[in-house]
Amino acid sequence: MKVFSEEGKTMKKITLEVNGKKVSKEVADHTVLSVFLREVLNLTGTHVGCDTSQCGACVVHADGKSIKSCTALAADLDGSKVTTIEGLVSNGKMHPMQEAFKKLHGLQCGFCTPGMVMSAIDLLKHKKNPSDKEIRDWLEGNICRCTGYQNIVAAVKEAATKM
Amino acid sequence: MASLVGSRVERKEDKKLLTGRGKYTADVTFAHQTYAYFVRSPHARAQIKNVDISKASKASGVVAVLTGKDIANDKIGGLIAGWRIKSEDGSDMKVPAHPPLASESVNYVGDHVAVVIAESLDEARNAAELVKVDYKVLKAVVKTDEAMKSDSIYKDIPKNLCFDWLLGDRAKVKEAFDSADKIIKVDLINNRLVPNAMEPRAANADYNPSTEEITLYTTSQNPHLARIIISAFNAVAPENKLRVIAPDVGGGFGSKIYPYAEEVVCSWASKKIERPVKWVADRTESFLSDCHGRDHVTHAELAVKNDGTFLGFKNETIANIGAYASVFATVTPTYLFGPCATGVYKMPAAYSNVKAVFTNTAPVDAYRGAGRPEATYTIEVLVEKAARELGMDPAEIRMKNFPTEFPFQQTLVHSVDSGDYNAGLKKAMEVADYKGFEKRKKDSEANGKIRGIGFCTYFEACGIAPSAVVMSLGCGIGLWESAEVRFNPTGNVTVFTGSHSHGQGHDTTFAQIAADQLGVPLENIEISHGDTDKGPFGYGTYGSRSLTVGGTAIVKACDKIIAKGKKVAAKMLEVNESDVEFKDGEFIVAKSNQKKTIGEVAFACYLPGTYGEVKSPLPEGEEPGLKETSFFDPGNFSFPAGSHICEVEIDPDTGTTEVAKYTAIDDFGTIINPLIVEGQVHGGLAQGIGQALYENCHYDDSGQLVTASYMDYTMPRADNFPEFNLGFTCTPATSNPLGTKGCGEAGAIASPPAVMNAVMNAIGTDISMPATAEKVWNACQKMKKSNSKAA
Amino acid sequence: MKTFNYHSTNDVKEATKLASSNSAFLAGGMTTIPSMKLGLASYKDIIDIKRIKKLSGIKVSGKSVIIGATTKHVEVANSKEIKKAIPSLAALAEGIGDPQVRNRGTIGGSIANNDPAADYPSACIALNATIHTSSRKITADKFFAGMFETALKKGELIQSVEFQVPEKSCYQKYPNPASRYAIVGVYVAKHKNGVNVGVTGAKSCVYNEKNIASALSKSFSSSAIDNVKIPSSGMNSDIHASAEYRANMVKIFAKKAVDAC
Repeated sequence: MKVFSEEGKTMKKITLEVNGKKVSKEVADHTVLSVFLREVLNLTGTHVGCDTSQCGACVVHADGKSIKSCTALAADLDGSKVTTIEGLVSNGKMHPMQEAFKKLHGLQCGFCTPGMVMSAIDLLKHKKNPSDKEIRDWLEGNICRCTGYQNIVAAVKEAATKM
Repeated sequence: MASLVGSRVERKEDKKLLTGRGKYTADVTFAHQTYAYFVRSPHARAQIKNVDISKASKASGVVAVLTGKDIANDKIGGLIAGWRIKSEDGSDMKVPAHPPLASESVNYVGDHVAVVIAESLDEARNAAELVKVDYKVLKAVVKTDEAMKSDSIYKDIPKNLCFDWLLGDRAKVKEAFDSADKIIKVDLINNRLVPNAMEPRAANADYNPSTEEITLYTTSQNPHLARIIISAFNAVAPENKLRVIAPDVGGGFGSKIYPYAEEVVCSWASKKIERPVKWVADRTESFLSDCHGRDHVTHAELAVKNDGTFLGFKNETIANIGAYASVFATVTPTYLFGPCATGVYKMPAAYSNVKAVFTNTAPVDAYRGAGRPEATYTIEVLVEKAARELGMDPAEIRMKNFPTEFPFQQTLVHSVDSGDYNAGLKKAMEVADYKGFEKRKKDSEANGKIRGIGFCTYFEACGIAPSAVVMSLGCGIGLWESAEVRFNPTGNVTVFTGSHSHGQGHDTTFAQIAADQLGVPLENIEISHGDTDKGPFGYGTYGSRSLTVGGTAIVKACDKIIAKGKKVAAKMLEVNESDVEFKDGEFIVAKSNQKKTIGEVAFACYLPGTYGEVKSPLPEGEEPGLKETSFFDPGNFSFPAGSHICEVEIDPDTGTTEVAKYTAIDDFGTIINPLIVEGQVHGGLAQGIGQALYENCHYDDSGQLVTASYMDYTMPRADNFPEFNLGFTCTPATSNPLGTKGCGEAGAIASPPAVMNAVMNAIGTDISMPATAEKVWNACQKMKKSNSKAA
Repeated sequence: MKTFNYHSTNDVKEATKLASSNSAFLAGGMTTIPSMKLGLASYKDIIDIKRIKKLSGIKVSGKSVIIGATTKHVEVANSKEIKKAIPSLAALAEGIGDPQVRNRGTIGGSIANNDPAADYPSACIALNATIHTSSRKITADKFFAGMFETALKKGELIQSVEFQVPEKSCYQKYPNPASRYAIVGVYVAKHKNGVNVGVTGAKSCVYNEKNIASALSKSFSSSAIDNVKIPSSGMNSDIHASAEYRANMVKIFAKKAVDAC
């Protein structure tokens, strides 16, 4: 996969733990994390909707915190632990947040969903039982065009009872 | 066996989408992949004097730089308008040429001038900066209501007028108006919107020189349509040499119904360079070049009697269709708009006159609701204003004019087969606690806020198909839908549908239908769509048509499966076919214990012979296999309807408007999966409320798109909405055996007038969409002044 | 995004040495990276300063709150000490962008960028902030020089921001519905020796709204603002809000801030 120009770039070897696995790769300095995940590691579950950190489709966890992977340099995250949507399933079982989204129809086209789920999980780390308003405020950085957010809010509440 | 139809089945497609295992076009990368980046016009209107690609061609990693001249030399056809509209004077609509890459002129910011194809995206993008285009910049035509008074963009299209269309009877309307007690008038702007599917458009075309086949992955709501247009009109490759795959698609809302220049160019370029060519829009490109929606300027009048009886309706609209006529650009403001503009009311006389104009802006085409939101907004704002001016209750004036007998011949085109508008409105008033509004208004006042309430009662023509009707109105194609039901030998089932799911949940809803029809467990049924090489030709998903038209095709194909199964079962059971009944997956001999499961019958169909204990003789003359196809073309549209009531709360200090309470009672006929239907309504409401309060696509006077990012185009977010109250009434459709009517667009159709009527109820003056804080604040200031004068 | 050379350092001196006329310091990158992607900025060298330990952290004394340049918004929002000393400052940080922006974005990055609609600059003005850089101290009234411009010289690195603890204070904003940046944000702070009213979003650069400040210095109540005239000249005007609307909102949000103090 070649996303970058060969000309005038510097490459750096970076080592990250992605979804529990250590990966070492040479990347161009201007590689952002979303490109690193999608194009270098072929983890295409992380989506790019706006590429300028407004829509939130690209949200992943870096060292336990949700971030927008389109706006973080891969080199900057050298040494970090990154979890993507692909890393949530354990022993073939979906994460309670994923289960809740399925149960309550918290997704339609699925494009914003990975970022939405990753962001919502981070919320529950901070607030065990968030109110509707707290959920809606927290999801300010995740745009969904399909669901009108109602079932997403319901799913996050449902997940809160299971986590 | 319990029926699955009507139950809240969790979606079959969700697990892959929730675990990052979906496959969207941008996720597809081929061996020897190249990357395309488009050189786009920075000007709204200019002549192209010269395109110099010499530097770009030599830049690092560049494989090819192709221009409008190249595409013209290769005789690649232009993009098409799919629906022919005639003007009132009988003349044909006027449409400019729309080459996929421009060679003579550019007509909006973002128009395609050249494409750079390189080994990497970075290289393509960098080299694109080296393409030097010499433009002669011309004065742009931007505003909808000024287009007819401006210079002609195209020399053979005077007044920038595509058509001047009339539906209805002016003379009858004049009579009605002459006899009226009162004429209610409104001047409306239906604000221009950007559809903004979260997945940007993308294409990846892979030409194989040995087979001369192109495989095109693309973000399409309608892969079969993309194939027929790219082959028959753009002449890139014959249909049998073009496979179009629309894999998981991240939302469409109308903007992905038809192919764009990029798919045509990538397919053509792939053939030229004999390598796969991938293009993925960035968000700026999406804003600039996705087709936009709405953009009407309307003057409408309603003639009424003092008792609130409607006598006549006039609708004079200018519709901006942008720089070129896109595929459904001409039907959206005509047949999808005009007929519905008289609303759910008995209207003795009416006409809709629409002038469609070209401007130097991105093409405008169907966006969720397509014409029907504009129609509903027009009539519902008028009706509410009539209630205000006549001093009537907004519910009372509506009920007074509702039809009560069905089928109801609506004024302009439609014969509405079923409905009960009174029941819907009464239920909505109950659920919304209309009686308690005055108290809530006082409570708001005590907090320094102004509360308003607004109604919308709507109907829409959905299930867009009836080929006989649409073709008679100018549609270049029929719009039926196909289904193929294929029993695999081991008894499980694959259903191929010509419609396409990009969030609507067809994998689940369609499987529920097939499971009920065939008596096969849901988990044994797969729905296949989105690949022109797999299922039969179909017409994709838009206009709330998939279940009503495509779902019915599945039912019909299942009927054929059962008919054949009966013959085979009869032979297997050694009885007459007429003695065999089919129920819950079993072929049963009447008044006996003898039966065969549909799985056994299917297996038998694939093993015509005797092998050990397996005896599976097919009846004489019967072909082996169990697979049936149906092409369903309904006799009529379907007509969802409903009553929505919105309450807003306004902070007069800032003008900020919040939706405080929203009630939607809809009649979608039979509901297959309430979980999915509710989700469709929620999404539609968010888009409609977005139009009413937040979203606005704005070009400046020179034709630059000011709202070209999420920094300036307000996408509704979670904190913009309350929890919506939903409810349903049901009068089944009579035009299809399922009784379904369609639910995808209702929310976006009903909510703009409901919200705006609530805002206008609060502030007492007309106000245009979107009701931004500043507009509302200004109205509140005026209200304060006039109140203090009155005091 | 155009290519650049990425440097990461854990030393202030090295960071300033690496700086050139074609470089940028990178903290959270919340503005720098999107700007580069959109072609609004390009650099030869990006110098990541997040690994410089002494640039991050919060120190609170009776009189001041000192926040290291690379301290993230989320850290300010959640700091118990800041919530106690200047609750309005923690609340401001809680309202910047969205959770993911707050997890990465930094105070130093925000004020160095000096976006005319950013939140932190108003706090600097209202709370008599002193900006400690790699070479000097700059008071907030001298630091913010104009739209996206500051008193920082090339290669000069913000190390920390020192805020004066006020008697009472509050920040209120009307966010742009699209970007969620401030259309108007007003930070009112009552100090022993007077009142400051930091206003962001309204003009091309954050400023101290002296007319309101002097009215509030005489009587710290929202009614004291009633008769203050805010002219619309010099106010921003764009598709989201006219100059007139912004001028009115400066007053309205100042009143809201005073009422919520």
